[in-house]
Amino acid sequence: MDLYEYQARDLFESHGVPVLPGIVATSVDQARAAAEELGGVTVVKAQVKVGGRGKAGGVKVAKTPDDAQAAAEQILGLDIKGHEVKTLMVAGGAEIVEEYYASILLDRAERRYLALASKEGGVEIEVLAVERPEALARVAIDPLVGVDDAKAQEIVAAAGFDAEVADQVAAVFVRLWEVYSGSDATLVEVNPLVKVASGEVIALDGKVTLDDNASFRHPEWADLADTAATDPLETKAHDAGLNYVKLDGDVGIIGNGAGLVMSTLDVVAYAGEEVGGAAPANFLDIGGGASAEIMASGLDVILGDPAVKSVFVNVFGGITACDAVANGIVSALEILGDEASKPLVVRLDGNNVEEGRRILEDAANPLVTVVDTMDGAAATAARLASSER
Amino acid sequence: MAIFLTKDSKVMVQGLTGSEGRKHGQRMLAYGTQVVAGVTPGKGGQSVALESSGGSVDVPVFSSVGEAADATGADVSVIFVPAKFTKAAVVEAIEAEVPLVVVITEGVPVKDTAEFFTMAQASGTTRIIGPNCPGLISPGQSNVGIIPGDITPAGRIGLVSKSGTLTYQMMYELREFGFSTAVGIGGDPIIGTTHIDALAAFQEDPDTDVIVLIGEIGGDAEERAAAFVKENVTKPVVGYVAGFTAPEGKTMGHAGAIVSGSAGTAAAKAEALEAAGVRVGRTPSETAAIARELMATTSS
Repeated sequence: MDLYEYQARDLFESHGVPVLPGIVATSVDQARAAAEELGGVTVVKAQVKVGGRGKAGGVKVAKTPDDAQAAAEQILGLDIKGHEVKTLMVAGGAEIVEEYYASILLDRAERRYLALASKEGGVEIEVLAVERPEALARVAIDPLVGVDDAKAQEIVAAAGFDAEVADQVAAVFVRLWEVYSGSDATLVEVNPLVKVASGEVIALDGKVTLDDNASFRHPEWADLADTAATDPLETKAHDAGLNYVKLDGDVGIIGNGAGLVMSTLDVVAYAGEEVGGAAPANFLDIGGGASAEIMASGLDVILGDPAVKSVFVNVFGGITACDAVANGIVSALEILGDEASKPLVVRLDGNNVEEGRRILEDAANPLVTVVDTMDGAAATAARLASSER
Repeated sequence: MAIFLTKDSKVMVQGLTGSEGRKHGQRMLAYGTQVVAGVTPGKGGQSVALESSGGSVDVPVFSSVGEAADATGADVSVIFVPAKFTKAAVVEAIEAEVPLVVVITEGVPVKDTAEFFTMAQASGTTRIIGPNCPGLISPGQSNVGIIPGDITPAGRIGLVSKSGTLTYQMMYELREFGFSTAVGIGGDPIIGTTHIDALAAFQEDPDTDVIVLIGEIGGDAEERAAAFVKENVTKPVVGYVAGFTAPEGKTMGHAGAIVSGSAGTAAAKAEALEAAGVRVGRTPSETAAIARELMATTSS
């Protein structure tokens, strides 16, 4: 789960990372009130989980509450790379002298953590990493040790911070580690970390990604959940315990196992190219236990998507036998009744496949076509979707 | 031969008294795997009756991994405990110096994995496979985890994959040849055994002629595997990468399967593999067709 900037700011503050005051606003009036409360120069910032908001006009400096009100009017409702701005943060102003970069993240390759630090912040770090890799210090972190004072000094030395700010930046790293470790984060990033005119070092903008697998030990995360930014079909699927991602095409996809479903998306996209552009409408992994109930709720979600013109059910029976999956499909269609109105192409292989195919044939539902191979079934589903256009 | 797992492997099941552990312990034993012990804290002295082809077998349960290993000589542990207890279970196996620990459990926090992997590396005695993986099978010899045993017989293809059902699909497509070992390494951001570890082992395995490598979007494990193949693997390798059409920023089921920015795309992975001389199929069936060609070449 990615956090909004204001959520990251709050988390930083609770762990002692120096931040500027910030107040959340979801209306123009609230933004004005926030600017009045903070006093002086403020910055009105769009809260979206996507980069590049500054260039898109999502950040404005306001000298007065009137300015803040005007800025809020312009930013609320703005579309930033497909994300509609519904929330603002009004933050205190600061006289920035220098911009730095600091982050802690997963190092998948080395299977530990990595601290990144640079004296050149405020830029896109991916760009800096490619164009001037020598300006970006990379320091390995042992997961069992973390960032203690010695490690923090190693990081600031590697990045070449001036003596004047080195201790402050090191202290920030120790506290970022507390955020990272204590909150089960997989990414904690401050960009920019700034030195202000008073000489203080402050985290001006933050990005935090939390590990969803760790939610069982973080009941407080329930408050961070972001229903507004989620597609309604994704919410419905999630509530039914399904692993669903909405995509842009017209062929609904149900499969078992993340890898097989991803592969199914590809095969359908290739088949779609052959028939003039049919494409996957979603990713839906029903997992290992493909019971009738799970199949029914999966089909319910997919058939509830008006963009879906045909459905491809692609199951390799491993532990779950194909006859159970076939029974699941048959009873799911019975449960859904008239709501099931779109053609279903089913491909089954693996455990007890003969029985599974026989069950589908016996049920003789006119909506269901059984195809033996994955490629063949994808072609059929794509053709059905494109003929519905 | 085979890699990591042979007919002589003696397997303990951590979590044998739970429903998943019992179900899969039963399946493993029925396959012919030497399931010699179960471990559940506080339940030492009990036993679990499992059915095998030769009748019912009472598998003894121990309260700790150390006791189980001492009493039975188990050298593999397979873990079926819930995610919140997985780290403690793995740490216990590492401390007991179990050589191979296979973590089937999904939903393990990445912090826990990072910590137990670091401990395993420091120990120098334990290899971890997983977490969030289907396990591994050396057909005709031993099956540890949840891979169906009846898809394919023994043969001379080695397979390493991030994905469970894609592993099954590929085993099924190539069942006419059979497999030396198929290893599901899991799709989490941090995993104990990588493509590279399996490639190195298959390269050394005299019973493997052709290697199938299955990857998916996210991270750069496939790119690193490609570099390893170029330098170290002389056996033919065929590759497949799932997720060519996955959009940026959406996690596709596996915690590790996400395209972020320009990194982690299937196209970049396929390109890296091809540059290393690995032939890459666009679909599972096309990949199987390439493997068939390579098998025909190696056996002639």
